Amino acid sequence: MADKLHFSLVSPERELFSGLVDQVDAPGSEGGFGVLAGHAPFMTALKEGLVTVHSDGATTVYQVRGGFADVTPDGLTILAEHAAEAV
Amino acid sequence: MATVKEMRTRISAVKSTQKITKAMQMVAAAKLRRAQTAAQSGRPYATRMAAVIANLAAGVSGDGAPKLLVGTGADQRHLVVVVTSDRGLAGGFNSSIVRAARQHIDKLLAEGRDVRIVTAGRKARDQLRRLHAQRLVESFEVGGNPSLAAAEQVSAKVQSMFEAGDVDVVTLFFSQFKSVVTQIPTGKQLIPAEVVAGAPVIDLKGASYEYEPDEETILAELLPRNITTQIFSAMLENQAGFFAAQMTAMDNATRNAGDMISALTLQMNRARQAQITKELIEIISGAEAI
Repeated sequence: MADKLHFSLVSPERELFSGLVDQVDAPGSEGGFGVLAGHAPFMTALKEGLVTVHSDGATTVYQVRGGFADVTPDGLTILAEHAAEAV
Repeated sequence: MATVKEMRTRISAVKSTQKITKAMQMVAAAKLRRAQTAAQSGRPYATRMAAVIANLAAGVSGDGAPKLLVGTGADQRHLVVVVTSDRGLAGGFNSSIVRAARQHIDKLLAEGRDVRIVTAGRKARDQLRRLHAQRLVESFEVGGNPSLAAAEQVSAKVQSMFEAGDVDVVTLFFSQFKSVVTQIPTGKQLIPAEVVAGAPVIDLKGASYEYEPDEETILAELLPRNITTQIFSAMLENQAGFFAAQMTAMDNATRNAGDMISALTLQMNRARQAQITKELIEIISGAEAI
């Protein structure tokens, strides 16, 4: 698990998160999926739900609605219409 | 010649005007900082969105391509969306946006095309209503702080008109925030979507993209959002530009008031001295006569 994944979560108002993480779980329109470093290029629409970010044993959860996930060799980008950190 | 008392009143009037313009300038400066941050934090989303669309658009072409991307194929009915601020007192800020839009409209009309107008911001409505009242379809207000909800309203109107087949081409007018001293009135084509030529092509390192559900579905969902995003970022840019323009305008007004005060003070002093001299002459000549 040496490799880290670059993850950024952006909404129209602001960039909520940007940095290196271990794993991100997101609710894809065709089913939930997890992304690790080195994932194949992949693009999907997101359902309303929770995005879980795993980083150094800690997890952060974001609530997203109406968004897209875009995985490239450079990392994962989630464009969400509405996003907020879940309490 | 005005009496000393009249001039004193006038000076104090100018002084209170100066106080107001000074306060407005400081308020604008404080708000500018916030608007600028908002405009900047909205940029990553817009640029990513443009990159993703450019990437997708390259793969989708031909008959299956969504209309929002390629247009209806016609170029007859135009919709012009003009975004300004709700308030004035910002120099030529709103007028220059409206002027750019009006030039575009006049050009289209001269070419014999149909033009409809949707405005966001009270100033655009007020200024365009005078000349193009019958072409104005709907007006929206931006509000003090542009919200995504306001952009969604405008975007929904634009899309419903496009889907109903009322328009072929949609152009958005707003002011690009370049710096505190320069805001550039800009026209940008919304439909058919302008694919940014310089958008960074994502290097896949030999692998191929996987789409879920599929390219067309994603693109069909992405394009309407892109319109909302573009309108929203236009509103944010406008807001920042508006405060910058207001700050400059109020700074000028404050300075002009200062100039006016010193000119009036000089005039008042002269008048006062002339009056004193006159009184002295009267006293002296009175004393001599005795």
